[in-house]
Amino acid sequence: MPIGGIVLRDLRRAWAGGGALWPVAFFLLTAILFPFAVGPDGALLARIGGGVIWAAALLAALLPVERLVAPDVEAGVIDQYAVREVPLALVAFAKIVAHWLGFAPPLMLAAVVAAGLFDLSAVTLGRVELGLLIGTPGLAALGVATAALVAGLRGSGAVAGLVMLPLAVPLLIFGAGSLDGAAGAGAVKLLAAVSLLLTAGAPWIAAAAIRSGMD
Amino acid sequence: MRGGRMLFAGVSVALGAGDAALVSGPNGVGKSSLIRIAAGLLRPAAGAVTRDGAVALLGEAHALDPELPLARALGFWIGGRAGAAMAAVGLAPLATVPVRVLSTGQRRRAGLARVVGADAPIWLLDEPANGLDADGVTQVEALIAAHRAAGGIAIVATHQPVALPGAVRVTLH
Repeated sequence: MPIGGIVLRDLRRAWAGGGALWPVAFFLLTAILFPFAVGPDGALLARIGGGVIWAAALLAALLPVERLVAPDVEAGVIDQYAVREVPLALVAFAKIVAHWLGFAPPLMLAAVVAAGLFDLSAVTLGRVELGLLIGTPGLAALGVATAALVAGLRGSGAVAGLVMLPLAVPLLIFGAGSLDGAAGAGAVKLLAAVSLLLTAGAPWIAAAAIRSGMD
Repeated sequence: MRGGRMLFAGVSVALGAGDAALVSGPNGVGKSSLIRIAAGLLRPAAGAVTRDGAVALLGEAHALDPELPLARALGFWIGGRAGAAMAAVGLAPLATVPVRVLSTGQRRRAGLARVVGADAPIWLLDEPANGLDADGVTQVEALIAAHRAAGGIAIVATHQPVALPGAVRVTLH
């Protein structure tokens, strides 16, 4: 079974019924709440805007986690992959790719709108977009690993947040850190390192979690 | 083992080309677990499973995307063989119907169609007759017989009568 087929299936399922729009809508809503909460101080909003966009992106990536792995375990799809001897790490990697394709590009488009709400400069917006491009694969990987860990638990949505958000803190620190002008270059490299580590490690963790859930 | 409880022990079966095994026993005795062990999905507490050849599994769940038309849902797993497989289980007229509106028996047949189309020598069928009408059961028996005649192997776990001439009987208790 080719990996492309698994990616396309997961992507199609994410989009079916408009499900892939929820994270983007949630992201924009979170971003819109901040100007209401802190008041119409343009300078303050421009200063916190980049960080708010990162925090909102993190929460938006968490939203579809419950639908990434658990439905496939329940429907027997994972069993069918396993009897076809498709490595579960490859299945997890395909899910990461599909999750990333499903939420990151729309999120990066929505970040342009959010940047307008915060009156961010074009340079800052460019840094935000670069950071999101580098950091979102790590977020997607973390999302799939979390989804595999909590699949089958009751109230898995709340547990998923508790598992995933602390592990995403390095992405948040280096992502928001990459926005500070000259000092940001080092943060971009660290962001890339963390994202790469998560993307490379998550398929194995997810595969082990799914496998142990079968017993 | 399930939930730390030993379900069965001392089961030993060897099957060659054209052979079949019929696993029977009351509910909860571990028929499905035996099928999952044979499929390599569960680790046995002791002992080993060796097999030579690809496996096709009919499990409890149908593993077909409910929102897709049957032909496309099957096509994800068996590609171009979906048409012939649907015809073999009598589902050809339902090819364009979404999986979510199929009845229990029709979903069971769809699961069988995936097994038929999988092109695998070893069939592991967990309760293949569940939800099927009398014609359906006859059809399953004929499909298994044809598969065995072509040199295939079938292990069937069932609590309903399924005719498997010359099958090894494995009774769990």
